[in-house]
Amino acid sequence: MTKNEFLKSGYSRRAALRLFAAGGAAGLFAPHLLGRPAFAQTPPAAPTGRIIVGISQEPTVFNPLMAHIEVDDGVHFSMFDALFRIDPQGVIVPNLAAEVPTQANGGISEDGLSWRIRLRDDVRWHDGEAFTAEDVKFTLELITKPDFRAWRTTGHALLRDIAVVSPTEITWRMERAFAPYLSFLTETFIVPRHILEKEADPNTAAFNQAPIGTGAFKWGKRIAGDHLELVANPDYFGEGPYIEQLIFKYIPDMTVLYTQFRSGDIDLVGQAYITPDNYEEARNLPGRVVTLVPKGSVESIYLNLERPQFKDRAVREALYLAIDRHAIIDGLNYGVPGMTETFMPLQSYYHNPDLPKHEFNLDRARQLLDEAGWVPGADGIRVKDGVRLSFKNSTTSGAHLREQAQQFIQQTFAEIGVEMTIENLPSAVMWGDFWSQSQFDTAMVGITYLIGADPDVTNRFHTKAIVAKGGSGSNNAQYSDAEVDALLEEGSRTFDPEARRKIYFRVQELIRRDLPFLPLFANTLVYGHKEGIEGYVPNGNTRTESWHAAGWFRA
Amino acid sequence: MPAFLLKRLMQSVMLLVIVSIVGFVVLNLIPGGPMAQYALDPGMTQEDMNRLAEQLGLNRPLWVQYLDWIWRLVQGDWGTSFRDGSPVLDVIGRHVFATLLLMGSSTVIAVAVGTWIGIRGATHRYSTFDYLATVGAMIALSIPTFWFGLIGIYVFSLKLGWLPAGNMYTIGDGSVLNYLHHLIMPSTVLALVHIAIWSRFMRAATLDAISQEFVKTARAKGVGERRVILKHVVGNALLPMITLAGVQLPSLLTGALVTETVFTWPGMGRLFLDSLGYSDYPVVMGLLIFSAILTIAGNLIADIVVALVDPRIRLA
Repeated sequence: MTKNEFLKSGYSRRAALRLFAAGGAAGLFAPHLLGRPAFAQTPPAAPTGRIIVGISQEPTVFNPLMAHIEVDDGVHFSMFDALFRIDPQGVIVPNLAAEVPTQANGGISEDGLSWRIRLRDDVRWHDGEAFTAEDVKFTLELITKPDFRAWRTTGHALLRDIAVVSPTEITWRMERAFAPYLSFLTETFIVPRHILEKEADPNTAAFNQAPIGTGAFKWGKRIAGDHLELVANPDYFGEGPYIEQLIFKYIPDMTVLYTQFRSGDIDLVGQAYITPDNYEEARNLPGRVVTLVPKGSVESIYLNLERPQFKDRAVREALYLAIDRHAIIDGLNYGVPGMTETFMPLQSYYHNPDLPKHEFNLDRARQLLDEAGWVPGADGIRVKDGVRLSFKNSTTSGAHLREQAQQFIQQTFAEIGVEMTIENLPSAVMWGDFWSQSQFDTAMVGITYLIGADPDVTNRFHTKAIVAKGGSGSNNAQYSDAEVDALLEEGSRTFDPEARRKIYFRVQELIRRDLPFLPLFANTLVYGHKEGIEGYVPNGNTRTESWHAAGWFRA
Repeated sequence: MPAFLLKRLMQSVMLLVIVSIVGFVVLNLIPGGPMAQYALDPGMTQEDMNRLAEQLGLNRPLWVQYLDWIWRLVQGDWGTSFRDGSPVLDVIGRHVFATLLLMGSSTVIAVAVGTWIGIRGATHRYSTFDYLATVGAMIALSIPTFWFGLIGIYVFSLKLGWLPAGNMYTIGDGSVLNYLHHLIMPSTVLALVHIAIWSRFMRAATLDAISQEFVKTARAKGVGERRVILKHVVGNALLPMITLAGVQLPSLLTGALVTETVFTWPGMGRLFLDSLGYSDYPVVMGLLIFSAILTIAGNLIADIVVALVDPRIRLA
């Protein structure tokens, strides 16, 4: 072994250890409440230094209650607090609340309808005003105001009789029992009543351009199109902050984002992270720590079950058998993503590990189609009752890895007498009515099914959630199964995790049997930061790398 | 002159109306729309997206939306960005400086270098320099700007480490020198194409002027060659270039679309692409009108300047 190689392997071992410590195995150690391992370096006594997070989209929505996109989350998590937070292990922990309400501690009534939340008494807004239960009431009421451009209102719309009992206690009643609401509340950031109630129109309030929160960082300044600067809130009630400035630098191109990570212009690669094709090179860069982080989303081929081609379960099974998933994961995606059979994230408590394993078997696929009466026509494409086994597959145009996977799948499908044509669309078109009204034949899509870590997927698989049939939700595959419907209804009323686990295990079995979507892989993100940045813990239960920037520091 | 200006003003207004109608219709013809970005959010429902569309006024008939928009525009209200909720003029205003800085510096480079190459090419026709300039111009015109940008970053930033790999300045250092350091690569890359165009036109215009009778007369009268070229030839050759400059002005904006992305430059080109991506209609329309006004103004100013410097032209 030459000296060089030795150094190299020494580095990667160190990097592996660091990876382990930084959260890859956080679950095994179950360290600090919000993730910081006990044996890491100690943070500085006073906030020092600056960390620049590079992100590929620009955060522009700073009122956390308004309609926003993934990249805005990092700012919201850093500047605001919610009643609860979700930790990397998927456990809901108190944030502005003093405790997490359960049926056991009396916070939630036995029927699940009455909720009581006790709040911290030591929290102040960035302008010095005290945070009270009135702010929580104001926030929850603002979300459902008809004129307010709120983001999603699921759960919030069920609230009735919100009452402030004392500055540190609030109660409400729910229209019906809805267990996932706790998870929704982990992403519902509380806004200051004393500022927003004075505004005639909260949609255009000055607050939205320079918000005031309770979080670890205060608003600094924004250079539109370039970066956003947040500064330490030394009076933060929780852990940290340990850095003086937190900067979100907008870098519009993925290649350039990676280039600036290499060149050292940015300290940490945030959303949309390092592309899998750069993973191998990135993890060998000196002075950089690169980690694989499982994400909550699952990449799959969505089938529009109302198309005559897909009504037959045998067809869906045959298509699934005809996808060489290992080649897609290892060959096209550089081995970065994980294998999965379900929508439930691999790291979830509710993940069912006993589902039938996928196999790539063209003979079995042909046999299934033969048995089901799909016979090859003159052009080699199978036909049954006048329906040709031919369909389109669509995704966002310009997504190279997806395009390669499409072409690859197209070839193996052709081998079993199935014709798949590729018709990709610009993102605004693809995810407009085409997607939401189920106008596609099949779509290649990565979907995050869970809110926080709650296993409820009513929105995706309940019959009532089929928008194309006048329903409410995003059941874009138009999947409908009476047993799944009943289970989902029971699951959303049930608060006991053990009982819910049984319910969602069964839901996963049924979905795996019916295959409304053909799983390709569990998405895995390639995170990267400079060596010497400590306290950085990934959290697949949130949508952002910056869910806990309060704990970051420079060693 | 006043009559001319009035006529041009009327034409300009008509042009703006047509541009705005075409822009509005094309923008709205694209399927999808501003709600697409929320479609994959976990827990998002169709009702929530319908509610948002209604709150933004997107479910009104197209012609009502257009009339509402243009009526407000006439009154000086450019609308509100869907994406960040602030007035469109504020949004554009936040990006103008970056683009002007980039455009300004690249224009200076393009004009200075392009003029010099053009004149030298014309006066040393068919020389090695002239051939090299011709070939160079062809290469610069046929290779996409982003390629030059990426190659520049690879060579000068990653390999040599001389120049920053983009950004307008280093965060935490806002000094003039720091800005200049960051300006070198993007403005040179953006200037490349314009040097090519400018030098070709300048060469042709110079050749045109050289063959004029007054040049022969000047030479016959014994005026020195240097003076002939500088005073008689270049002076006349620059006249058509003023018009060219007017036409080229908006194309610098379009060039900035690409350059700003590659160099993470926070200008209007970037804003335009982003706004288009998010279907932020008010901002896209605002930028369209803004660049239409810029185009019209560029042409008008060029016409006026030509008339002022060339006594043979009368504006009527």
